[in-house]
Amino acid sequence: MLKLKVNNNEIEIEEGLTVLQACEKAGVEIPRFCYHEKLSIAGNCRMCLVEIEKSSKPVASCAMPATEGMNIKTNTKFVEKARKGVMEFLLANHPLDCPVCDQGGECDLQDQSMFYGIDKSRYKENKRSVPEKNMGPLIKTQMTRCIHCTRCIRFATEVAGVPEIGAIGRGEDMQITTYLEQSMQSELSANVVDLCPVGALTSKPYVFEARPWELKKTETIDVMDALGSNIRVDSYGWEVKRVLPRINEDINEEWISDKTRYACDGLLSQRLDTPYIKYSGKFEKASWKEVFNIIKSKFENSNKDKICGITGDLTNMETLYVFKEFFNKTLGSQNIESRNDNRYLNPEKRENYLFNSKINGIEESDFILFIGTNPRYEATILNARIRKAYLKNKTKVISLNNVGDLTYPYESLDGKISNIKDICEDNHPVSSLIKSSKKPLIIIGQSLLKSKSAKYVFEKVKTYLHKNGKISNDWNSFNIISENASTVGSFDLGLYKTKNGENEVLKDLEDHKFEIVYLLGQDNLKFKKKDEFIIYQGSHGDNGAEIADIILPGAAYTEQNGFFTNLEGKLQKAYKASYPPGDAKEDWMIINELAEFINHRKLFNDKDELDNSMLNQINLYLKKNDNKKLPDSNNLFFENEDLKINNEDYYLSNVIARSSKTMLECKKSKINFKSTGTEG
Amino acid sequence: MSLRRPYKEQPKSFEFSQTSLDAANKIIANYPKDKKQSSVMALLYIAQRQNDNWIPLAAMKYIAKLLDMPYIQVYEVATFYSMYNLSPVGKYFIQVCTTTPCMIRGAYKLIDACKEKISENENELSKDKNCSWTEVECLGACVNAPMMQINDHYYEDLDKNKMLEILEKISKNETPKPGSYKGRKNSEPENNRKTLTNFKNA
Repeated sequence: MLKLKVNNNEIEIEEGLTVLQACEKAGVEIPRFCYHEKLSIAGNCRMCLVEIEKSSKPVASCAMPATEGMNIKTNTKFVEKARKGVMEFLLANHPLDCPVCDQGGECDLQDQSMFYGIDKSRYKENKRSVPEKNMGPLIKTQMTRCIHCTRCIRFATEVAGVPEIGAIGRGEDMQITTYLEQSMQSELSANVVDLCPVGALTSKPYVFEARPWELKKTETIDVMDALGSNIRVDSYGWEVKRVLPRINEDINEEWISDKTRYACDGLLSQRLDTPYIKYSGKFEKASWKEVFNIIKSKFENSNKDKICGITGDLTNMETLYVFKEFFNKTLGSQNIESRNDNRYLNPEKRENYLFNSKINGIEESDFILFIGTNPRYEATILNARIRKAYLKNKTKVISLNNVGDLTYPYESLDGKISNIKDICEDNHPVSSLIKSSKKPLIIIGQSLLKSKSAKYVFEKVKTYLHKNGKISNDWNSFNIISENASTVGSFDLGLYKTKNGENEVLKDLEDHKFEIVYLLGQDNLKFKKKDEFIIYQGSHGDNGAEIADIILPGAAYTEQNGFFTNLEGKLQKAYKASYPPGDAKEDWMIINELAEFINHRKLFNDKDELDNSMLNQINLYLKKNDNKKLPDSNNLFFENEDLKINNEDYYLSNVIARSSKTMLECKKSKINFKSTGTEG
Repeated sequence: MSLRRPYKEQPKSFEFSQTSLDAANKIIANYPKDKKQSSVMALLYIAQRQNDNWIPLAAMKYIAKLLDMPYIQVYEVATFYSMYNLSPVGKYFIQVCTTTPCMIRGAYKLIDACKEKISENENELSKDKNCSWTEVECLGACVNAPMMQINDHYYEDLDKNKMLEILEKISKNETPKPGSYKGRKNSEPENNRKTLTNFKNA
């Protein structure tokens, strides 16, 4: 510990901090532009100047290590003069176009110039003007405003792992640009918009949409992937204007993926705002009572075994729970399923479908093996964490498949399942790597779980890890990357019907054994409709609504409160930022009212009762779930196949993203990049 | 000096010739294996020598791949230093120093001569496509100001007339004699040396 003084207050800090961090510990705020906690130190904006006793010149506090006995002063005339000087230089070339700048109201330069700026300029010279740069469909540039803090360069190089942004030229002519103005090939690219302390990089889809002070800010949870990134949704009336990240060191740190951020314009189009009934192939508007009447008579006229329900990828847990109660209690049916494909599930233990090592655990790991996953697309934020671990510890990474650039170096095997067999039988060089590492991470993706060898690999790998003590109370190296926000929640609530990991409901559905199919926000189901009567409840008119006979308009994730469990099993609550359009209602309410209509009895009196009941069930489930049964991998059928990983639909994977124009543009910009061949 | 941009008409590919490659490997060998990126500046210069005194984008890519570093980083270096030409220059490439000592001694008159004799704007080829000129920062020969550099040689103690003479010679494809144009040796005092007189080559 070091002892030093900040403005004559003595404080004690741990070693290895900078003067700026020491000042923050002492509760003194230091203005800064280039310094950012998560990035390397550049020390080029000079805004953080402080006075240190015995130093004749002001010192850039962000780049100066704190040492024993320092006497730091931040509130003297000397410091203020120094910072004013820096601000004057920064403003010498900065256009004062705040009224037409999208950063206005949340601009670091604007805020700090209120304290350190002077009211007149002493410069008569022309201001420098810099041409705009193309940085892809998400980032709008106005480079005249740039103050060269280089945060974006450091983010792209360090965090995103795509060293494509740089500073060309020098001195007054220095310009920030991507290499030859190509669009930035990263799924984290739009984070540079948040990092930019001025209005040089702003959000293209959000251009001139709103001012920050007119927006209602709701802190909530993202549903675009299974990570459960913490986000802030900014809405203006009904419209969700933008999505920003919220700091959560355990999950997303400060970043969110482009999909999380920009799929929100999909909330505005293709919405279902009133119930519909299909008469001879055409949808017609209807009232809630009409559709409920039809649904009631359909349910009454069919056998309960001929009814099935399939839930979707963005559905919150309350809705899933009330849906299950509705099927079990009101209809008396057990045919309820949350998986839309034949992905393997072993629900014996909760750890069989979780990311057990935790996202934070990635940084402790010393060896990572991917089986059937491309984390860059399936879990972008998680991939950023793996890159961070690689930069910190030079973690060795091996992937069964060659999946292209993951932003860190890795070795790839040939994609054949026989490799896994060899590993588990100690006949492969990777075996010794797993054994010798203290905290290995074996990450299994959905591409494997959907393959024919899913059961074999899943059970074999698990048994192997158990045998070698890599699954213990301290460290569980067995990890699954879930695909969707609702996956883990659905499994926790028991929304599956399975024997030996198969998807029985889907099998029966494909055999056309059901008369009524209730799709709850399920749009990714690939099945040929025959005579089934399909009820679709959801927010968007997409694949599910297309095949439906009755459409019940529901709410999207920003329009209702709801719990989500992320891939590591963390329960988080998403909050309502907007409201469902038109006659649409919150999803749990629709099911509750339908139950009342059919049975003259509500399932739950209000949302609180539903929440409590669901949380009780979850708690019971978590308590029950500590059985000590060891996995058994005998009598497994082995078939050697080539594992395929396909992430082509990354930008269009769910209804909201499919309705989003921005996502479509993102997808296009990637395709262009590949076809022109400029990448090599 | 303004930001230099890559030339519009770029060659499709670039590869080091055998002599360049040997020179490059020699320089790369000077650095530890994981720090071979340090040789980027020398390699860019080798590429420039090979490619008629300018660096095409293909060469930057080639060097980036050779040194295992991102394209943008090579591009940053190439745009930073005025030593690297990003567009074609004349066979005789004239760099006139205009930093303070030379400026005081009349560097802008040399510029006038260039404008008359070669081209109106800097970095523009002369009519016979043989010659181009540019203003540069200090070349480190202030004692002999004003001065300029043609390809690898310094021409010192100039004035407008001498400059015109030199340019005239160039236009006839003759190589003028480098060094001082005031009749002194290197940077000795103007009217012979006053000290160390008994040493021939002091």
